[in-house]
Amino acid sequence: MLQRTTYLTKRYGDPDGHTLAAYEKDGGYVQAKRALSMERSALIDEMKAANIRGRGGAGFPMGVKWSFMPWPPKQEKPHYLVINADEGEPGTFKDRTIMEKNPHAVVEGCIIGCFGIGAHAAYIYVRDELHLSKDRLWGAIAEAKKKGYLGAKPFGIDYPVEVYVHTGAGAYICGEETALLNSLEGKRGEPRLKPPFPAQAGAFGMPSTVNNLETIAIVPTVLEMGGDNFSKLSAIHNLKDGGSRLFGVSGHVNKPGVYECAVGLTLRELIFDLGGGVKGGELLAVIPGGSSCPVLRAEEIVRAPDPKSPLHPWDGRSVLDVPLGVDTFRALGTMLGTCCAIVLSDHADPVLAFHNLLQFYRHESCGQCTPCREGSAWLFRILDRIVAGEAEMEELDRLSEIANNIMGNTICAFGEGTAMPTLGFLLKFRRELEDYVRTKGMSGTRRLAL
Amino acid sequence: MSFALTEERERTLQDILSRYPNKMAACIPMLHLCQEQHGWVNDEVCEFVAKRLELSAAHVKGVATFYSLFNKEPVGKHQVWVCRTLPCALAGAESVLHHCEKRLGIHAGQTTKDGKVTLRTAECLASCGTGPMMQVDRDYHENLTLAEVDQILDRLTR
Repeated sequence: MLQRTTYLTKRYGDPDGHTLAAYEKDGGYVQAKRALSMERSALIDEMKAANIRGRGGAGFPMGVKWSFMPWPPKQEKPHYLVINADEGEPGTFKDRTIMEKNPHAVVEGCIIGCFGIGAHAAYIYVRDELHLSKDRLWGAIAEAKKKGYLGAKPFGIDYPVEVYVHTGAGAYICGEETALLNSLEGKRGEPRLKPPFPAQAGAFGMPSTVNNLETIAIVPTVLEMGGDNFSKLSAIHNLKDGGSRLFGVSGHVNKPGVYECAVGLTLRELIFDLGGGVKGGELLAVIPGGSSCPVLRAEEIVRAPDPKSPLHPWDGRSVLDVPLGVDTFRALGTMLGTCCAIVLSDHADPVLAFHNLLQFYRHESCGQCTPCREGSAWLFRILDRIVAGEAEMEELDRLSEIANNIMGNTICAFGEGTAMPTLGFLLKFRRELEDYVRTKGMSGTRRLAL
Repeated sequence: MSFALTEERERTLQDILSRYPNKMAACIPMLHLCQEQHGWVNDEVCEFVAKRLELSAAHVKGVATFYSLFNKEPVGKHQVWVCRTLPCALAGAESVLHHCEKRLGIHAGQTTKDGKVTLRTAECLASCGTGPMMQVDRDYHENLTLAEVDQILDRLTR
């Protein structure tokens, strides 16, 4: 179901849309003020009813996450709200647009979020490369502070809130929430073992909630509409996957970009209706939600005869017609991730795409766990040999062996993030890979760009 | 020679320290501040940061070497990163990179002889809908054509 929305993107076309004046003209900060005089439990109930699945990739219900925080907060254990804006997953470029064009929604969301989890400080962790994003966020914080919306008494209400921007220094792994927390604390960005989960011991060892930037930015909208109304925007709110969100599409499409729509959009709508169709050929494959999500081929058909499967309503139809949802895409054997699809036309060489992604994972493994550190490098070396026409056929099986030895054997999900796309490409492009080995690399188109 | 921050950056440092419940958290922002002044992070910088934040020099060096944006050796006056990851590659990143290498007469990872430009590849810079792209110092240049790359490089090497 294609239904465009403009809750986050209303002022994207306005060069001054990021300013406080523009934000307030559209009703900005009314909800933050209201939230600070609400009962905490009522606020969390609204968030739970909204069925917001975390927008960072894991898809955890956001209201439930807030409710995990210990209550009431203890004096000696201050709570923290941490916002993940380390946007680094290949294919994902949605959070950056919010920071640049609608930073006040983030700040307002942080005020409400702090109140909801009992925190008085929020840290927005932005990757260092995004200088404009950081400038816009700091600018929004300064404007809000000047107006008395942040600080010791926001809106004159006795609930101090401070919001800070913290920067990384170039490490994909810091998008993993516990690595991010270590990085925030001034350490190497190496993921931590869980438990303890951040709600018990997060930032600075204190109870913390880590939310994706888009997740927190939509909070004022949820409060304005009411959780239930927000949830019902979605065509699959019965699957507890509610509201509207940002969808991205990049790669071989005519109109790549970020589009805000109600949840329930399909890949076909994203690629053909919003993305303007495939550029330079026919649709070969799509990586649905950031590079860690296993690839889908255009001709795949849904097989879900079991009426209990979330996919059953689409049994026998094309995967392109399944609504982009957390549970629907998990059931397809891939993931929804960040909802930002990478499109490959049939002029692109899927083996080179595979090679490109494994180079990324080899570079970005933090090196803490042996299976991931060694495995990601080994996978890439084999792909390098395949591309160079030097690989033997049995090395294809070694790829799946290595990937399976990474799965489940690492501290964080980055290991799966490497192994799953590997297994996905092996499963979906086995024939192409075998042809490549057999012909010593002469079978493919040998190009990625059109 | 030991390292010290300029007076203005000292004030920025005080502001940074006020944001966190402990000093260690200022480690990465402070390394950025030092690199902004010094161009790269060497042992003197690490020792300076360690002393000011009451950390061991080994901790600071461990942090500095973990993150790819801290330069472990001197770099050119301008830094150019060409994103090479899949969405940009699908949009033609490879030809942008080759063009830069040819124009500058260096490979990715190197600095021009006159010290003006350091060229590197980057992994995904969250600009997937507007590839090919490159980052030049603080700025993003998106939807690049080779003619635009030429203009940018002209400006940098003038």
